[in-house]
Amino acid sequence: MSTESIAIEKERKPLFTTKDRKLITDPLNDDNPITVQVLGICSALAVTVQVKPALFMCLGVIFVVAMGNFVISLIRNFIPSRVRIIVQLVVVAALVTVVDQALKAYAYDVSKELSVFVGLIITNCIVMGRLEAFALANKPGPSVLDGIGNGLGYSLILVAVAVVRELLGSGSILGFPIIGQWALDLGYKHNGLFVLPPMALIMVGIIIWIQRSKNQKLIEAN
Amino acid sequence: MKPLKRLVENVEPHFAEGGKWRKYWPLFDGFATFLFTPGHPTHKGAHIRDGIDLKRTMSMVILAMVPALLLGMYNVGYQHFLAIGEQAAFMDIFMYGMWKVLPLVIVSYGVGLGVEFVFCIIKGHQINEGYLVSGMLIPLVCPPDLPLWMLTLAVIFAVVIGKEVFGGTGMNILNVALTARAFLFFAYPADISGDKVWISGVGEQVVNGYTGETALAQFAKSGGEVAAMGGQSFASQADFLWAGFIGLIPGSVGETSTLAILIGAAILIFTGIGSWRIMASVALGGLAMGYLLNGFSGAFPDNGYLAIPPYYHLIFGGFAFGAVFMATDPVTASQTPTGKYIYGFLIGVLAVIIRVLNPAYPEGMMLAILFMNVMAPLIDHYVVQGNINRRLKRVKVATHG
Repeated sequence: MSTESIAIEKERKPLFTTKDRKLITDPLNDDNPITVQVLGICSALAVTVQVKPALFMCLGVIFVVAMGNFVISLIRNFIPSRVRIIVQLVVVAALVTVVDQALKAYAYDVSKELSVFVGLIITNCIVMGRLEAFALANKPGPSVLDGIGNGLGYSLILVAVAVVRELLGSGSILGFPIIGQWALDLGYKHNGLFVLPPMALIMVGIIIWIQRSKNQKLIEAN
Repeated sequence: MKPLKRLVENVEPHFAEGGKWRKYWPLFDGFATFLFTPGHPTHKGAHIRDGIDLKRTMSMVILAMVPALLLGMYNVGYQHFLAIGEQAAFMDIFMYGMWKVLPLVIVSYGVGLGVEFVFCIIKGHQINEGYLVSGMLIPLVCPPDLPLWMLTLAVIFAVVIGKEVFGGTGMNILNVALTARAFLFFAYPADISGDKVWISGVGEQVVNGYTGETALAQFAKSGGEVAAMGGQSFASQADFLWAGFIGLIPGSVGETSTLAILIGAAILIFTGIGSWRIMASVALGGLAMGYLLNGFSGAFPDNGYLAIPPYYHLIFGGFAFGAVFMATDPVTASQTPTGKYIYGFLIGVLAVIIRVLNPAYPEGMMLAILFMNVMAPLIDHYVVQGNINRRLKRVKVATHG
């Protein structure tokens, strides 16, 4: 899981080393926060009925993980380890409040749709997980990259699930009708199961299934 | 039989090791062993091989379902002609029903076996015959007018997500047929519940006195006297009960006739394939919970379902069908004899609770069985643990004495 917690080397390096690039690309596939680390499942079930709220949720999580990683990494040498969880929570809560207020100010309808789930980013295991596993042991630069990478990995799954759920559950994507009236006239009906949370879980399961059949090294030996 | 056997033997080399159709060996094997009991001997040790194998077991279950299927076909036509107010000859009624039900059966088998074949060929497994029974169960628990494309999706979902992801036949946690029905129920609720779907070929057309609600809902609303249902009227409550028992009321294809289901149950119990423990305890659980809820009917007069006599639960809806054909599914039920009693009893209890206290989910039996499917391994675990503990205690007593 934590292949990236190896200390980053000291000497001067180009802007993006291979290692840095891996910080972004690893969470997209080999170390995906949802399908491999199995974190942040609750929000994946809750906000993926439609693509739009899912996208905003993703932006929020990317912002919070990246900035949280950055801030915690900056002050990592001053945090007494016994109170580190509280410090992390304060930082994350502050960032989430910023996201929440920004949404309320600029995208009120989305903010209403996401309701408590914006606030619940605080409890999203991905955020705390990255702070604990990476930011506390690494420099700010790589920490930001790691945050963005994990945020993107989370977003990838969320958007994939949301696209399928909105398409099959409501016949549209981002609110634009894809399945037209002609199909409904022919007798097609939207699938109500895709609007219900269990289908998100099944979708995540199917994604894990596909991913593991393509990516053999993820299969546990037992 | 002879020419068929010769044909099978003639094509076998093509599918065997080195043959040109080697890839499709599972397909051939599946068909060949379905037609003829394979002559596999045991290779190691002195194990005894039973003459009956999974394919023969499954065929017996299908045989047990035939009365329900035939009566269901007749009933589909019977309800249709009653609702449109026409007299029809026996054969016309039956042919109408067959014309409605047969496509459901064909699609269910075609799609389900197709999915199984694909998975078996990809994985190189032997084809298992688990779907033979599921394929017949699924059309029997659907309304007669269900669109075929919905059935197709439900079957694919049930076989892939309900069974193949867990490792195929024998590895599934949930009953495959009920997974398909649950999929339909939550995905397309308008087509599998409510009051418009139970009589074939009627749609929105309302005949004099026509109402399509389920029998129990009518009973609850009318306060205990059901005078008419579908296109028929009942002179007395006994007539209504009798119609429900022999199965001439609107409903899913195969579940209306308690009589036909009892014949099936007799076949299953006689051949030792279905567990009488489960069937009996489901009925007992339903009756017990029914009587218990009857006791509350005075306190909550608003809920007419509370006053339903317990034996009504056994006669109407999918209760009997679920108890005989689905709760007894050997893969998803409890395996231990004690566990079977607990498992069955709780199915009966839950089904009645859901029916009475949440009429929004009219088919409590489906949800009850699916829920207990999930709980079955837990029940078995505690039964086995209890047995181990009891025996350990005996050992201790023995050593101390």
